[in-house]
Amino acid sequence: MTALGELTRPWQAMSYGFLDPSAKRELRRAMLKAVAVPGCQIPYASREVPMARGWGTGGLQVTLTLVNPGSVVKVIDQGADDSVNAVSIRQFVEKVTGARGTWDTQEATILQSRHRIPEEMLREDQILVLQVPNPEPLRPVQPNMSVARQMHADADYGRLWLVLYEQIVRSGRIMQGASYPAMVNGRHVMTPSPIPRWDLPKLNMSRHLTLLSAGREKRIFAVPPFTRVEPLAFADIPFRVEDHASLVCHRSGVTGFFMNEIPQTGGDSRHELSDSHFGIKAIRRAEGEAVEIGATWYRNGAMT
Amino acid sequence: MTLYPMDAPAQSPTRDLPRLMSAAPILSMTGINRRFGTVVALQDVSATVYPGEVLGIVGESGSGKSTLLRMMNLEDSPDSGDYRLAIPGSAGNLFDLDRYARRMLCARHIGIVYQNPHLGLLMENSSSGNVAERLLIAGERRFSVLRSRAREALDASEFPLERMDARPVELSGGMQQRVQLAKAIALEPALLLLDEPTTGLDVSVQALVLDTLKRLQRDRAITMVLVSHDLGVIRTMADRVMVMRKGRVVEEGLADQIFQDPQHPYTQALVHAKL
Repeated sequence: MTALGELTRPWQAMSYGFLDPSAKRELRRAMLKAVAVPGCQIPYASREVPMARGWGTGGLQVTLTLVNPGSVVKVIDQGADDSVNAVSIRQFVEKVTGARGTWDTQEATILQSRHRIPEEMLREDQILVLQVPNPEPLRPVQPNMSVARQMHADADYGRLWLVLYEQIVRSGRIMQGASYPAMVNGRHVMTPSPIPRWDLPKLNMSRHLTLLSAGREKRIFAVPPFTRVEPLAFADIPFRVEDHASLVCHRSGVTGFFMNEIPQTGGDSRHELSDSHFGIKAIRRAEGEAVEIGATWYRNGAMT
Repeated sequence: MTLYPMDAPAQSPTRDLPRLMSAAPILSMTGINRRFGTVVALQDVSATVYPGEVLGIVGESGSGKSTLLRMMNLEDSPDSGDYRLAIPGSAGNLFDLDRYARRMLCARHIGIVYQNPHLGLLMENSSSGNVAERLLIAGERRFSVLRSRAREALDASEFPLERMDARPVELSGGMQQRVQLAKAIALEPALLLLDEPTTGLDVSVQALVLDTLKRLQRDRAITMVLVSHDLGVIRTMADRVMVMRKGRVVEEGLADQIFQDPQHPYTQALVHAKL
């Protein structure tokens, strides 16, 4: 007669990667569905992680599910690798999985990010995980989520263009800065998380897989490699990214990338590269170090 | 040869009824039954509307006239009944269509003006945006076209164009109804449904809105179904009248005939009760 203990696994203090196996299996299934239907929001259970909802729990769960001891993990918070949130998420992932942390975009295999996509181009073997606060692009026009789901089913997105129409009528131009809605694969409109407009063209026909996960709202969606991502725009008023092409980073002297504005006491402002490690590499190279900087999405302020 | 009025051939009425009646109906509803629990809202109601005419539906509150109009707008389905519209690409009973097909058909071919502007308008959007929404549903994605067609539609409904970007909440009741009307006619629908469009407006504004409706009807020959409990409105607008009571059609005929020579006791009471 077999003892029950022989059929079960030996007791462990903690499961690999913090999440229990069934949670990871459920999340993998949701991710596969999300990849199969690009841009479509797939519900998942969203487990507790030792972090408050709204601080990147969705992205963290995806990272913990994908990670293995050979992974190299980069965590970005508003473009920075050294902010408190980025550091504690990266340290947590290192601690529970044995994976190595990095600041270098080129080196990372999993990049979890809030608000930015790195300036260096991502490759086929890299996965971008975006933390999403509000996964529903229709929420501003349809507060009833059941109706919003029907609208997604019907591809009824006219109201989103109406939002753009109102902005042009009131302000003369499209005012939507972050979370600019985009049509994925010609079918589902998604919100790309609060990345600036500057980063949205980077998702179009990209080589890497992007997973977007909202832990509080319990929704996951994906942009698989080589998938069309088209920002919503009028046929006669094209989509434009921010006017950052001519700004110069006051620390590295680099120009043609997305900058953070730093207000000065005199009332003027200086700019610095929003992608912090990209800036560090640029400075090191300028100082004569042999630093390898990958190809960038933008060159001279224009999308390549 | 000069024709004196006496010698002239009999003038056909302003709206050529024989031609209208000889054309195939644009809307035909037959045998509509609808119950809400134990309440019979509609019982074996049939209606026919011919191209270019105005069908008035009168009846007291609870007679089923609004329920019937909701059916015509495909917002509700009957327990049994058949509904057909003579529009391109449509065949068979419209109640058999799924939600998506209904929505597309309504957006493209049916315009509606509600008594309550909050039902028909997005109050926080601009007036021109409300009209543009209709065009966006139909797939228009050029800003300049949206703008110019919204302006045309608002102009046709005699809305002051300098206020075209004001939000409907900032407008008067009569103006809100004009925005609803502009929205309804923006895609040149085959059928325009008017659910008590002037109820709640004061008499002078009511007259102006009716004036706009009449002019639109004359210029564009829009087919309209007008629901009202106000006989005055029906008398001004309608070519034919359907009188409803307790979910049934009790009398139907040309407007003049109904008002001059009502047959059914209820219609007689209704016509005579008019102040």
